Amino acid sequence: MTFNKLLTGAALIATFATSAVAENKTIRMGTEGAYAPYNFINDSGEVDGFEKDVGDELCKRANLTCTWVVNEWDTIIPNLISSNYDTIIAGMSITDERDEVIDFTAEYFPADPSTYVALAGASDDAINGIVAAQTSTIQAAHVAGTSATVVEFATPEETVAAVRNGEADAVLADAAYLSDIVKASNGALAFVGKPVAIGGGIGMGIRESDGELKATMNKAIASMKADGSLAKLIAKWFDGRSVEY
Amino acid sequence: MFDFCTDPNALESFSWWSCYLTTGKHINFYISFFVVFALLIVTVPLILIFAFAGALLRQSKILPLRWIGVIYTSMVRGVPDIIFFLFVPIALDQGIEYLRHKAKCSDWTETIRQGNDFVVCQAAKMPVGSSAQWIHETYGFFLAAFAFSIVFGAFAANTIYGALNSVPNAQLETGSAYGMTQRQVFMRIQLPQMWTYALPGLSNLWMILVKATPLLFLLGVEDIVYYAKELGGTKTARFTYPHADWRLGYFIVLLIFYLGLSWVSEKFFDHLTSKVSKGQATLSGSS
Repeated sequence: MTFNKLLTGAALIATFATSAVAENKTIRMGTEGAYAPYNFINDSGEVDGFEKDVGDELCKRANLTCTWVVNEWDTIIPNLISSNYDTIIAGMSITDERDEVIDFTAEYFPADPSTYVALAGASDDAINGIVAAQTSTIQAAHVAGTSATVVEFATPEETVAAVRNGEADAVLADAAYLSDIVKASNGALAFVGKPVAIGGGIGMGIRESDGELKATMNKAIASMKADGSLAKLIAKWFDGRSVEY
Repeated sequence: MFDFCTDPNALESFSWWSCYLTTGKHINFYISFFVVFALLIVTVPLILIFAFAGALLRQSKILPLRWIGVIYTSMVRGVPDIIFFLFVPIALDQGIEYLRHKAKCSDWTETIRQGNDFVVCQAAKMPVGSSAQWIHETYGFFLAAFAFSIVFGAFAANTIYGALNSVPNAQLETGSAYGMTQRQVFMRIQLPQMWTYALPGLSNLWMILVKATPLLFLLGVEDIVYYAKELGGTKTARFTYPHADWRLGYFIVLLIFYLGLSWVSEKFFDHLTSKVSKGQATLSGSS
């Protein structure tokens, strides 16, 4: 599949140089693979989750060949910039700070409130104590702005483990990620405090110089929103949550 | 893997375990042990090459060459590993792509550095974007191996430089007195005898190298520690084999692996030491 087929008409006023770019383009999709249900590595060792479904469908609609690449969250933006892959599709909220470095497509998942989780029976004060969050996330930035002390971890798993072993009083993360964890904990963990609305929706991160790909993906996202297939995928992966697009 | 694994929830504990331990992800975990060995096998010769080059440059009689040797060994040893591992492979990758870009896409009109972005034409990508994932991984692996070799080569260069200078000068002079050329003195007297001084330092480095392999994941190579973390992490009901936080168990497996590897290495170096010091009137040898 080439870009050429897709960029018909006006979009194809491309110079010889850019059409050389378009040949044999395989889009490499970068994800973290550790943030169920957004993205995770399933038991067969493959990338799976909401974003895998969305990404594959977007590529199909945009007539692109896509492969999946797993990269650590910490270095996920630098590796996009140095072109080791072409998109970040890893539950990344659209923020101004990130937008200065990379570009985002339109959101494919609406803003999701973040929630605090602590050991069952903890009081609401836990959210003002020591709060665990993943490094370079909107949650880490939020906690740093409150009266609580933030401790940062490289992976979401470690933030939850910190609460379990008492290193932190609470953890702040996306509600969808934590609700699975709370459910699986057999009552050991519980939500505390009120959910906080931080960050915008979730979009796909794309290099600023890659306007072509951004436009293509935006078109595909719009078409998935229009025919309801995106809402269906959200319902499938997020316990029947209904979203209006 | 087995036929009876279709419905894990209905399985007895033994069959559950036999299914669980043979999932695709576990197979990847087992393969990653070989990745660690492969890294060690690839890097050790490279490290020795860098080490000898560094050591010989440092004792070169030509001043600029000596400077190169000194700058290499002191600079690389002074920079924190983690910074080095983030910098070298990315710089190397971009360097290769830049050269390929210049060679293959002379008609390209845009600049390569666009703000933060590093953009080269599609044909110059290394490896080409459409190649299979394993090619990308192999390429990443060799970049990583190269970065490891540069870092550990600098440490080993210092060890070997020291060892070369530890061979008693009187012996070298005796060699010259017998009419050997400088080259002969080096090959016949200095080099064979320096190993006994170098081995303790080199065995140290080997142990550190073995423990440093988890840094691979920084470079995108999925190693045993990554898989242990990933497999051991809490698996919610979304997974075929849900379980609680089992990371401790997986880390104990790694602990046993690393201890075993250290033990075998220790034996090997003991053997090597007794071999190289045979007949030498030096350090641990008999007189």
